[in-house]
Amino acid sequence: MAKLVATLATTHHPFYLKATTMPVEQQMPQAAEWKRKIEAYRETLTKAKPDILVMIGADHFHQFFLDNYPQFLIGKAPRYDATFYNEEREFDIPKYVLEGHEDLSNFMHQGLLDRDFDFAFSNELKIDHSIICPIITVRPDNDLPIVPIYANIFAPPLPSPKRFYQLGRAIREIIDEYPSDKRIAAIGSGHLSLELGGPRMFKETGPDPEFDHQAIEWLRNGDIESILENVTHESLAASGNATAGFMEFILMLGIAGPDEKADYVDSLDLFHTMEAYFTWYPEGEKV
Amino acid sequence: MSKYYVNKFLYQIDRDPELLARYKENPAAMVASWEQSIGPRLSDSEMSTVHSLSDHEREILINHDYVALFEMGAHFFLCLTIYIAIYDEDYMAKKGPLAFQHEYASKLEHWLGKEYPSIQT
Repeated sequence: MAKLVATLATTHHPFYLKATTMPVEQQMPQAAEWKRKIEAYRETLTKAKPDILVMIGADHFHQFFLDNYPQFLIGKAPRYDATFYNEEREFDIPKYVLEGHEDLSNFMHQGLLDRDFDFAFSNELKIDHSIICPIITVRPDNDLPIVPIYANIFAPPLPSPKRFYQLGRAIREIIDEYPSDKRIAAIGSGHLSLELGGPRMFKETGPDPEFDHQAIEWLRNGDIESILENVTHESLAASGNATAGFMEFILMLGIAGPDEKADYVDSLDLFHTMEAYFTWYPEGEKV
Repeated sequence: MSKYYVNKFLYQIDRDPELLARYKENPAAMVASWEQSIGPRLSDSEMSTVHSLSDHEREILINHDYVALFEMGAHFFLCLTIYIAIYDEDYMAKKGPLAFQHEYASKLEHWLGKEYPSIQT
């Protein structure tokens, strides 16, 4: 059977690449520290020696819009183009082509249906910065095939926090059952507290630093019970209008497993948002 | 009246550099042209008869009125992205980095501590 060798949950900051590659004299004061933290985080994936990446994100009205927006969707294609014109324009993110892993995509899709997750699918998916940002940070060589999964944190009404967790649990079961000797890593990206297009955006900190610190402790301890007791769509909205992105972290905790303490935790307080990086290794597989 | 259709305008203009340039230079002409030939188009051979902009929504889009868009529950990501594309460079040249984003936030300050208008469609 396949082996889940690492679960990563990370914020996706679309300006990381630009912020750390512009001429040094123009860089923000934290750029060097940010780059060091990202490179240290990247090592947590590298040393797990993965063969395939299951990537979890959400489309930000790039391929999908309100005429047809899936709650949950899996990509099943031999390759995936990445980065849309308006992402290049705003964030300076380059275009990429990622290899797909159709066999695991198909196995995952069927496994999800068998567990009552009636996923939409796409045989021609162009992926956006929710997946390409973590590739840039933790696998910049882009040398592994991926299985992309989108979970809606963007176009309400949204699935519940509990459903995100259950989906993570289902994805984990399916990875564990995949008949293959491949080493699989799951990487999901979301946000802590975040405001976009509202009065609390682009401030000195994220809109709700107290939530950010609490969220990091919950994830550090794998405390899914406290998360599900305290986190609702309303509580997330109160912490910032784009804070629903935290539900992608809940999904990743579902993949890592209940009460699983994170093996690696780091964060960085940037203006506008708190960055946070978590890695879980499966029990008995500490590397 | 259609929150969906306002979002559709923002979505379609933002993803097309040529339409975006026209919306920056002559918003009234771009909105009129979009309503006539772009918004209702489902494909090369299919047109939709379902949605239309109200006079109020049309004015909001012509005026680049992101405060009114926030207040009618247009999607925050679409609004922020498109008006950054239109204004960020000019503000940056005159007033420095993030000047537009800060002005945008400050014009919405009366919403601090309140429940925001729903973006659900």
